[in-house]
Amino acid sequence: MNRNVVVSFGLHTLLLIITAMSLPFLAKKPIDLPPIISVELIQITDKTNIPFAPKAKKVIEKVKEKEKKLVSEQAPPKKIKKQKSDTVPLPDEKIEKIKKIKDKKQNPEKVETEIKQISEFEKKELFDSNNIAALIDKSKVESAETSKKLDKITQDQDKEMDFGGLTLSEEDALKAQIFGCWSIPLGLPFNEDLLVRIKLQLKPDGSIVKTEILDHARMNRPGQGFYKVLAESALRAIKLCQPLRVPSTGYERWKNMQLNFDAREMLEG
Amino acid sequence: MLFRYLFIFLVLLPVKAFALIEVDITRGNLNPLPVAVSPLAIDKSSKENFKKILKKENLGSEISMIVENNLKQSGLFNPLNKEAFLQEAEIANLKPRFEDWNLIKAQALVTGKVTFVDDKLRVEFRLWDVLAGQEMMALAFTTVPSNWRRVGHIITDKVYERLTGEKGYFDTRIIYISEKGPKTNRIKKLAIMDQDGFNNKFLTLGNELVLTPRFSPTNQMVTYLSYFKNLPRVYLLDIETGMQEVVGDFPGMTFAPRFSPDGKKIIMSFAKDGNSDIYTMDLENRIVERISNHPSIDTSPSYSPDGKYITFNSDRSGYQQIYVMNSNGKNVKRISFGNGLYGTPVWSPRGDLIAFTKLHKGKFYIGVMRTDGTGERLLTENFYQEAPSWSPNGRVLIFYRETKTNAKGEGFSAKLWSIDLTGYNEKMVETETDASDPSWSSILSN
Repeated sequence: MNRNVVVSFGLHTLLLIITAMSLPFLAKKPIDLPPIISVELIQITDKTNIPFAPKAKKVIEKVKEKEKKLVSEQAPPKKIKKQKSDTVPLPDEKIEKIKKIKDKKQNPEKVETEIKQISEFEKKELFDSNNIAALIDKSKVESAETSKKLDKITQDQDKEMDFGGLTLSEEDALKAQIFGCWSIPLGLPFNEDLLVRIKLQLKPDGSIVKTEILDHARMNRPGQGFYKVLAESALRAIKLCQPLRVPSTGYERWKNMQLNFDAREMLEG
Repeated sequence: MLFRYLFIFLVLLPVKAFALIEVDITRGNLNPLPVAVSPLAIDKSSKENFKKILKKENLGSEISMIVENNLKQSGLFNPLNKEAFLQEAEIANLKPRFEDWNLIKAQALVTGKVTFVDDKLRVEFRLWDVLAGQEMMALAFTTVPSNWRRVGHIITDKVYERLTGEKGYFDTRIIYISEKGPKTNRIKKLAIMDQDGFNNKFLTLGNELVLTPRFSPTNQMVTYLSYFKNLPRVYLLDIETGMQEVVGDFPGMTFAPRFSPDGKKIIMSFAKDGNSDIYTMDLENRIVERISNHPSIDTSPSYSPDGKYITFNSDRSGYQQIYVMNSNGKNVKRISFGNGLYGTPVWSPRGDLIAFTKLHKGKFYIGVMRTDGTGERLLTENFYQEAPSWSPNGRVLIFYRETKTNAKGEGFSAKLWSIDLTGYNEKMVETETDASDPSWSSILSN
């Protein structure tokens, strides 16, 4: 009887110990915190170097592939005994060769020329502690140059704005105006080329100075009578609409304009 | 050498590029073009002379009214109210004051003058672009005074062509079946009129039943169906001389005649022993040729404008459908596949469409489809309507429509209607009597 009680007590104790040991809170492990990644916030400039990056990346990848090929695909190069050339080197050549060997020994970490060219873009980021003073001096000059460059860009951008197209809202306003003025001649053959391009010269208030049909010769071509009708209807629309709804600023930008009247969409219906 | 270098230098000289702004205009309005038709100026003596001859108070105004009505009927123009005109006809004819016409929103202006010269009518007209302030066209016609209505139609054709880019259809005639009397006992006569309903004339007396008249390409001859010895037969009538004859000596009934595009042949159906096939007869040597050969009802043949193909309807598939074949009867293709029955196919003078009558769920439709059967468009729907015929420019269809009768058998009528390809400009064509089976002529002044 006592023996049974002892065995039961022993087994229950064992069970409790096993249960306690397997509980998760008891098996606490220290959390592996990921290493801290420092992120440097930089000012996004008006013009970035992003367009160049893919190009550089491509070249780097190419070189890497080349290197891989050398390692994995190519068979190990055969050991070729150096063949002594029959020709006797000239004294100057000898000197150069010696120099080259010396160079190699002096600077064994020198990157190969090809890779050097590729990493030119990245090279600027490398920190050379030997030339801090020189870098400081240079940076002054460079910063001055870049600020000049930035100034230039803004001026160019200004000019680009002057000679760029109309904004969407400006274009929509003009289109909506002309849509209302253009009575499309319904008798036109819809399976023909029904595009009329008209060049306009405008006054600052949007009134017309001059109109010119770009494909004028087509008007008098036999079998193209419908083109004349279409061109005339487009001219009527322009005259009926004037002064055109043009932007209040940037006259230089839109003083010359081309309107492409295309009746196909409407006539095909 | 120096000049060469200088030239290269100048060519390569950097020049600032100005990007030209381009705006695409792909939409416009489809509203009728506002046009002012000024009364044609007329001097006093001419006025008196025309009053004596034609019993017309002011021929200049009458002709301008014809032009105005025609333009309005087309649905493409909006002739402005004459009461709004600021400039007198006599002055406008000499030199229009464009500011005045611009003020009433006219985009085109028609001016002109009428004179009596050597017992003849002389009409000058000018078409002006009001916005550009330019003359677009100037023409003069001289004819016998009785032709004054035709002059109005010819002027409209010229104006229409100049402003829309396609030929007009106003100097044309319509041949049709004039109907009178109760439905059970109709008197049917062959009749001809101008496209605007004027100058109506009857060509037959109404003793025999007449059906399906068709113009020859020259408009001088008409082929139609009438009865000879109690058998329906195809007839040929010379409009100018009044001479008529039965076409061919067929041992059965012939019907649904139509001219070939060159006017040298008549194509028709010939029925015998319950089978109907398509035949042609050469009008010069009277040689008859069988075109279709099928144990089904092939009828309503119509040539393509180039004469290379024929469209017809047949029930060879079990239901009446439209087919196209070569002019020699080979290469028969079914082109209609929609629900319902299709009949009376007519090839457009432009060659791009085939007009037809469709019967579906008890309603009749007039529609068009491309010559390969695609792009089917139903233009109008009614209780009963059929027999479309194209205007010579292929823009408008004329057909006839019948009304329902009441329980007493009253209220029946048959009228001519026209509709353009847009399906919006549907108009009744005024006729003196009830009318059916219209056929449009080609342009008379060609």
